[in-house]
Amino acid sequence: MAVRPQHKNRGAAALQFLASWALPLGILVLWEIASRSGVLSTRLLPAPSAVAAAFWESLRNGTLLTHAAISTERALKGLIIGGGIGFALGILAGISRLVETVFDSSMQMLRNVPHLAIIPLVILWFGIGEEAKIFLVAIGTAFPLYLNTFHGIRTIDVRLIEMARVYGLGRLALFWRVILPGALPSVLVGLRFSLGIMWLTLIVAETISASSGIGYMTMNAREFLQTDIVVLGIIVYALLGKLADTITRLIEARALAWHPAYRLNATREATS
Amino acid sequence: MSEPASDLRLRKRASLQQAGAGETQLNVVQELIHRKQEERPVNGHAVLLNGLSKSFGDRRVLSELDLEIPAGQLLAIVGRSGCGKSTLLRLIAGLDRPTSGKISVAGTDVESLQSNVRLLFQDARLLPWHRVLGNVGIARTKGWRETAAAALADVGLADRANDWPAVLSGGQAQRVALARALVSRPSVLLLDEPFGALDALTRMEMHRLLECIWREHGFTTVLITHDVAEAVALADRVIVLRDGGIALDMPIDLPRPRREAADTSAVALQARILDEV
Repeated sequence: MAVRPQHKNRGAAALQFLASWALPLGILVLWEIASRSGVLSTRLLPAPSAVAAAFWESLRNGTLLTHAAISTERALKGLIIGGGIGFALGILAGISRLVETVFDSSMQMLRNVPHLAIIPLVILWFGIGEEAKIFLVAIGTAFPLYLNTFHGIRTIDVRLIEMARVYGLGRLALFWRVILPGALPSVLVGLRFSLGIMWLTLIVAETISASSGIGYMTMNAREFLQTDIVVLGIIVYALLGKLADTITRLIEARALAWHPAYRLNATREATS
Repeated sequence: MSEPASDLRLRKRASLQQAGAGETQLNVVQELIHRKQEERPVNGHAVLLNGLSKSFGDRRVLSELDLEIPAGQLLAIVGRSGCGKSTLLRLIAGLDRPTSGKISVAGTDVESLQSNVRLLFQDARLLPWHRVLGNVGIARTKGWRETAAAALADVGLADRANDWPAVLSGGQAQRVALARALVSRPSVLLLDEPFGALDALTRMEMHRLLECIWREHGFTTVLITHDVAEAVALADRVIVLRDGGIALDMPIDLPRPRREAADTSAVALQARILDEV
């Protein structure tokens, strides 16, 4: 990557900042003009100002936060159950040949099944209650964490493990001080994949059958042609996804502080 | 314990003064060295190899090797790459099992990894996710922070205790690895070409440091190297390994501390070793 010369003053930096926002802001302005002039039907796409107004209104009467809280709760429950199982299985398969032989080929086969394909079965099993949604999220999030944890443990430098043996580390110490920290970068990559799948699964699950949550809010709004609420729901999903990603980044920067590539500002310093 | 430590300090100070030395100071240093050689503590254990053989499949790497390493000796093993020197070291460390024959350290047979034997690898092998101090005290024995800090001070890196290994230079990383080996006060220290990847100046520094620490602790040392000059500069005795056996076993009776700029006797010894390699 080419190294750009450092900016000589704040003015140039501000200009660059403005330039990077010019395109999205321009689109918003054009969109607003198109809506107001009637070129763009509000039944198809609401004006940005209408979305902002809907945001303010739903925030004021509390519906947005209630739905967002319920969605987040479902997402986290599913992640903790599914991700936890995936992580634990990944570790066991990583350190034990027996567990690997028993589980790995089955896991590799199952991970290729699109988990949303089992929605009809899930509805038969659990009805349309909370369990169905949490189950779907759990299934979706288990695989990325399993695969990346397993891979992370298997790619640990064997020379470090040999060193640890020479220096008298027992099995437990070897796990806590060498294997787990060594696998952590890969585990966190898995966590980020899982978080993406978590929101995706939840959106689908909530639009099919729910009486609360952001997905329900948007589906409900569709029936009343409230396109502003639908767009708002999409934006909220985007924000929640971004929030989850930011939290993982912070965890990475803290837990992987030893790793030159993960240090905060490291990427920025390297690219600017 | 306090006696050798104060001696060490005295010697360090003396060698500092030596830099701009007059003759009298030089004499002081020489005298100190002689005293030191007589009083050198021997905390090491003798290592005995008896009819040691190791094969990988059909390939016989070591055959019927007999070797006695007296306690406290600094032995250098020289040989071409692939002559089995690393294999020999791994056998002594207990990392691998011999095909036949026996190894004993301090009279006990080596069956598995030994807690009083430490191995310094070619690469430093520091855990990147522990800070320098945590790497040195890797076994986390009781009071490890203090002992690790002391070992770091011994290798001159006390001020780097809180750094990540990723920011250390190659020489610093090897010094940390050396401190990690010293923490448990081993009676046998095995070095597998630990200075091979370092630049010439850093390597000379490491030689000084190793010699200094070895003289203070008095552990038995086996140094693997392909650098004949390094072997002559450091060792009490040099062995040349060839075709799985010992081709040359030669004592090096040069006074310590030795200077890297080799004098004529050292050059003659190097030539003899090179003939055999």
